[in-house]
Amino acid sequence: MNLLTATNIQKSYGDFKALNNINLEVPEGTIFGLLGPNGAGKTTFIRIITQIIIADQGTISIGGQSLNMSHIKDIGYLPEERGLYKKMKVGEHLLYLARLKGLSKSQAMEQIKLWFQKFDMSGWWNKVVEDLSKGMQQKVQFIATVLHNPKLIILDEPFSGFDPINVNIIKDEILNFAREGKTVILSTHRMESVEELCEHIALINKSEKILEGRKKNIKSNYKTNTFLIEHKSEIRDMEHGFEIGSSRQLEDGFFTTSVRITNGKGPNELLKTLIDMVEVHSFVEQIPTMNEIFISTVKGANHE
Amino acid sequence: MNKIGLIIAREYLTRVRKKSFIIMSIVGPLLFGLLMVVPLWLASREGDEKIVEVLDESGYFRGKFEGAGAVSFIYLDNSLDEAKEGLQSKNTYGLLYIPPLDLDNPQGITFFAESNPSIEIQSSLERFIKNEVEAIKLNESGIDKEQLEKIKTRIDISVINLTEKGEKEGDVIMATIVGYTAAFMLYFFIFLYGVQTLRGVIEEKTSRIVEVIISSVKPFQLMMGKIIGVGAVGLTQFLIWVILTFTISQVMIMIYGIELSPPGQMGMMQDTQMSDSDEIAEIMAKINTINLPLLLGTFLFYFIGGYLFYGSLFAGVGSAVDNDADAQQFQLPITMPLILSIIILSAIIRDPHGNLAFWASIIPFTSPVVMMMRVPFDPPVWHILLSMVCLVVGFIFTTWLAGRVYRVGILMHGAKVNYKILAKWFMMKN
Repeated sequence: MNLLTATNIQKSYGDFKALNNINLEVPEGTIFGLLGPNGAGKTTFIRIITQIIIADQGTISIGGQSLNMSHIKDIGYLPEERGLYKKMKVGEHLLYLARLKGLSKSQAMEQIKLWFQKFDMSGWWNKVVEDLSKGMQQKVQFIATVLHNPKLIILDEPFSGFDPINVNIIKDEILNFAREGKTVILSTHRMESVEELCEHIALINKSEKILEGRKKNIKSNYKTNTFLIEHKSEIRDMEHGFEIGSSRQLEDGFFTTSVRITNGKGPNELLKTLIDMVEVHSFVEQIPTMNEIFISTVKGANHE
Repeated sequence: MNKIGLIIAREYLTRVRKKSFIIMSIVGPLLFGLLMVVPLWLASREGDEKIVEVLDESGYFRGKFEGAGAVSFIYLDNSLDEAKEGLQSKNTYGLLYIPPLDLDNPQGITFFAESNPSIEIQSSLERFIKNEVEAIKLNESGIDKEQLEKIKTRIDISVINLTEKGEKEGDVIMATIVGYTAAFMLYFFIFLYGVQTLRGVIEEKTSRIVEVIISSVKPFQLMMGKIIGVGAVGLTQFLIWVILTFTISQVMIMIYGIELSPPGQMGMMQDTQMSDSDEIAEIMAKINTINLPLLLGTFLFYFIGGYLFYGSLFAGVGSAVDNDADAQQFQLPITMPLILSIIILSAIIRDPHGNLAFWASIIPFTSPVVMMMRVPFDPPVWHILLSMVCLVVGFIFTTWLAGRVYRVGILMHGAKVNYKILAKWFMMKN
């Protein structure tokens, strides 16, 4: 079931078309990667979901209901451009943000205590925000985003500014949310986190959606039937249907070569052919990384 | 609505708990108290003892100068040159030289001193000599000084305002002082807290908290919450000042036993003055001619109305810029009418019910300050009501205007802003 469905979303700023005819489906309980180059329209799309701005056309529905003010408490949003009131104390700040989301004071206090324990932040209540390091402030911002227990969590570049230890803490939390049945929309340029976390992705480029689906399916669609072989002695000629890509000599007479199957034969047939020619040490299919898919689709789209 | 309440509470509490607010709340009235009490205290204080030497060659004044307060007189008999030489070696305040005088055209009276005498001493010496010469002349023309005193008459024109409720005593001077003070305070508070609103918006923008907040509340709610919260801080500060100023000045007056009117500076000036207690009674009577509940009521209304009118404009400007320096150029069109209303006050005082006064107190840009100037002069009730209605319509308009710029402006970082872009933001769809 889809938690969020966007139909035919359009948004212009003056003459500039920020989003053109965007249709998206975000399945419930998944981590959804919203990708795209800078200025593609991701933030505009997120701001429409969070009701900061209103789409010119199209509809958004959350859990089957069309978007309305009651959804504010169902959504937790960590913007890319984020900050805190510098002069406020951490505890009061979190309390304020939670209450703006509609939590009662006691509910908010309970949640804050819970997260303080989880993130090992006991004793932070009375710290003033401006005395915290950047990483510490990021933690506070992250907690503020999820404090009200939202169904949908939108994180825009959540890892920027975190050290590797904190990145892992946040990653674990994101995976936890999905396990709890919450839906996470993750917008980021860090393809390795997309690789690691996201089940579904959508790619927006120049105001248009150019790719959407399960990460697994997208990857297999982008497979080129290319295999990477490590072998002893050189491969000379291949029979028809096998195409040698790059080849590189390693130490001790080892080589690594990529071979693409072009005539619909299976990998076993390629392996058979190879075994007759050289001593094979490893044989793996080359699966495109999200990074490669991102770059090739965006480039492809821009060339059209 | 509940969310606006939360925003107001935050804006209010974070400001009221600031050290600067607490310090200003205490120091402000102390300063006001000092401003009121110190001049009185200084005036009532006896200065250092001053000895003035008198060399009278005319012979009219020998023995006539009476020592008063801190000044005493010594009469010399030697020549002017000797006296001048002697002045340098002695520790006297100065030498008053009176040459032989032609009473119809007294010339050549000179005061020699190492440094300039105080204006107070110079003028009292002049006044004394003048009185003395006049007395001699009166004598010569056969008029007795006592008779003259009887002839002298003191005139006070009392002003009666004819109103529907009957005759009421008015006082122009008191109305001017009260009106001017009220107008100026209003200007001061609108300015001070308007700029605070602007700073608050810029702070939210530069600290990047704003996008988190407006994913929970509407931009307009955030803006209104800030405007109202800051305004409430202003009202609180004002009330603290009023109460503390009153208390402190009362306490100081009790401790130092200073009377509320400056005592006569030197004995010789006393003759034309009324006694102190009469004067106090008169001041009290004059204060009573001001309609205090009306004054306080209108002050509160124009404080809130004027602040909302200008505060929202300040908030709009704050949303458009990224720092205080950029704010300056857009602040100017807002502060101009505010400053203008202070400038035209002197014209309003001259004619508190004229055309200029009427229009300036109806148009919301100047009406808060100008109407406060007019209220002590008892303007027609319909003027006040019309002005109030216009102000309410005015601030609804400015908040609407500012709100439209604000909702776009707060999300724009590092944008180069000019009036054309502001207009574009204003026209933009949500």
